[in-house]
Amino acid sequence: MTKVVIVDDHAMFRAGVRAELQNAAAPGVLDIVADAEDVPTAVAAIREHRPDVVLLDVHLPGGGGVEVMRQLGHGDTKFLALSVSDAAEDVIGTIRGGARGYVTKTITGPELVAAIKRVSEGDAVFSPRLAGFVLDAFAGSIEVAAVDEDLDRLTEREREVMRLIARGYAYKEVAKELFISVKTVETHMSSVLRKLQLSSRHELTRWASDRRLL
Amino acid sequence: MTNPAPFEVRRATRDSTDNYLGGVAAGLARHLDLPVIWIRVGFVLTAALGGMGIALYAGLWMVLPTDERFSDEAPGLASARRTGKRPGRTRRMADMGPTIALGALAFGIVIMVESVFGRGALFWPIVLGIVGVALIWRQADEAQRERWLNSSEKVDPVRALFGSGTWASYARILAGGALILGGLGVFALTSGGVHLAREIVVASLLGVLGLALVLGPWVFRLAADLGEERAERVRSQERADVAAHLHDSVLQTLALIQNNASDPATVARLARAQERDLRTWLFAEHKEEGESIAASLRALTAEVEDAWSVTVETVTVGDTPVTEAVWPIVHATREAMTNAAKHAGTGKIDVYAEVSPSAVEIFVKDRGRGFDPESVAEDRQGVRGSIVARMERHGGSAQIRSTPDVGTEVVLRMPLQEEKS
Repeated sequence: MTKVVIVDDHAMFRAGVRAELQNAAAPGVLDIVADAEDVPTAVAAIREHRPDVVLLDVHLPGGGGVEVMRQLGHGDTKFLALSVSDAAEDVIGTIRGGARGYVTKTITGPELVAAIKRVSEGDAVFSPRLAGFVLDAFAGSIEVAAVDEDLDRLTEREREVMRLIARGYAYKEVAKELFISVKTVETHMSSVLRKLQLSSRHELTRWASDRRLL
Repeated sequence: MTNPAPFEVRRATRDSTDNYLGGVAAGLARHLDLPVIWIRVGFVLTAALGGMGIALYAGLWMVLPTDERFSDEAPGLASARRTGKRPGRTRRMADMGPTIALGALAFGIVIMVESVFGRGALFWPIVLGIVGVALIWRQADEAQRERWLNSSEKVDPVRALFGSGTWASYARILAGGALILGGLGVFALTSGGVHLAREIVVASLLGVLGLALVLGPWVFRLAADLGEERAERVRSQERADVAAHLHDSVLQTLALIQNNASDPATVARLARAQERDLRTWLFAEHKEEGESIAASLRALTAEVEDAWSVTVETVTVGDTPVTEAVWPIVHATREAMTNAAKHAGTGKIDVYAEVSPSAVEIFVKDRGRGFDPESVAEDRQGVRGSIVARMERHGGSAQIRSTPDVGTEVVLRMPLQEEKS
């Protein structure tokens, strides 16, 4: 049973997602343990319930979804960003902040359930739009606040995978097209995520500042 | 191109993202379209000509505005930022590296000059004074940036100096003031002993205090009036903008939806069109159709979605102006999208466009019925004439990959060669 916390500042949307998830998921698959409306309540709820997956709104009072992930630091909880905004800066910023996936609020119930399952198993969820932004970010045409030029390069294979995702291929179809296994596709995805999220310097600074060493 | 680009005044600004010492060199490099290293070397070289470079730099810093005010974000994003729902720019320790290196270098040069020319009586006071003034200017920049970011805030002279009053801002002002006073003190010490030094420092402090007492109330009142007026104007303009947009789009659509409540297809189509419209208004940069491939594809998406009641997910990577050479691929894309909407029988089409320096590639994919490309009759012109032949006529290529019951993908490719004129 996957424990889920929903974080969104609109009560109506929270209720809607809750109902949608309960409708779409088979009984006993998802357990929605709590919801929260801003950064402090989200952090408290996640600390208390230790969910597997947090559905995280990107625009959130108190500093945004990124702030929630920053305050919680690294743990077992996976974050899936769920936002009405599909601005490049928000998407890339949230992924850099540590989210494992990013979906927009127009997603249907069954798709959302599938995305939650995939994130809880440790995989990344890349929608075509997210893949497009990733390619754009690495090509340097999106201005992202903190870009580490030395690390922000995709290998040829990762680029191919991202392009196919951006073209609307499912993971299985990508694997078939490139004659690799689905597992390999997922490995490429994780390394793309890793490259987006951190450089060793960044990681070190974050680790230190989380422990108040700086 | 036949129509000339509209004339646009280029404004010189300081670059607020790449600032060592105010970002004057970076901003100037962008304005003059030169490598930033040339400008920096130029300043250093002219600095050797009796300090002209330094004076020039200081003058430009004073005169040039920061570029912060010219950033026009989409309203949804700006509002979310104002209300603290989005994170601001994060600063990392790593960003400090170059600044520390520059500081160390400057310190080394100072020591070197000292060791070569001996202790100049004027040297240290001047260095201290310059560093102090630079610190205060730096803080004024920071305060200005914050002011531009929250536009509804009143003009407040204290805020104008301290910004939102973080410890860093106080530290900067304090350190800057202390350095300037210290410079004065050192100068007085070297020229006239402890007694004179104390008097000079006290006299200058008294002078500053006196000026503040005399001018303070007047400055405050002026700033308050100005601030209130400006805030009111900004607020009413914003309200008018939002109201106009809501009236033109959301209200009209809601009225239509009420009238068509019994027709789910129409309601869905209206809602989709409205969502797309609001989304672009709130979150996307505004670009006229015809200016760029991304904008043209957005317009095509809207057209196909409305005409055929399908969802089209369009993703673009990179962008280029739509020129004579690019039009054929846009037309072919329209044809491919229409075919997919008409024949595939699914409600969803994925369009992916990638613009690289060498080519434009567009992929139109659906998961619909599919067909056997071999078995299309000779007289059917849709695919052969409008897509394949059109692309080949203009030096591009088109490929149609379709499997029955799996779906169809149209791959369009148009090479871009830079026209040498």
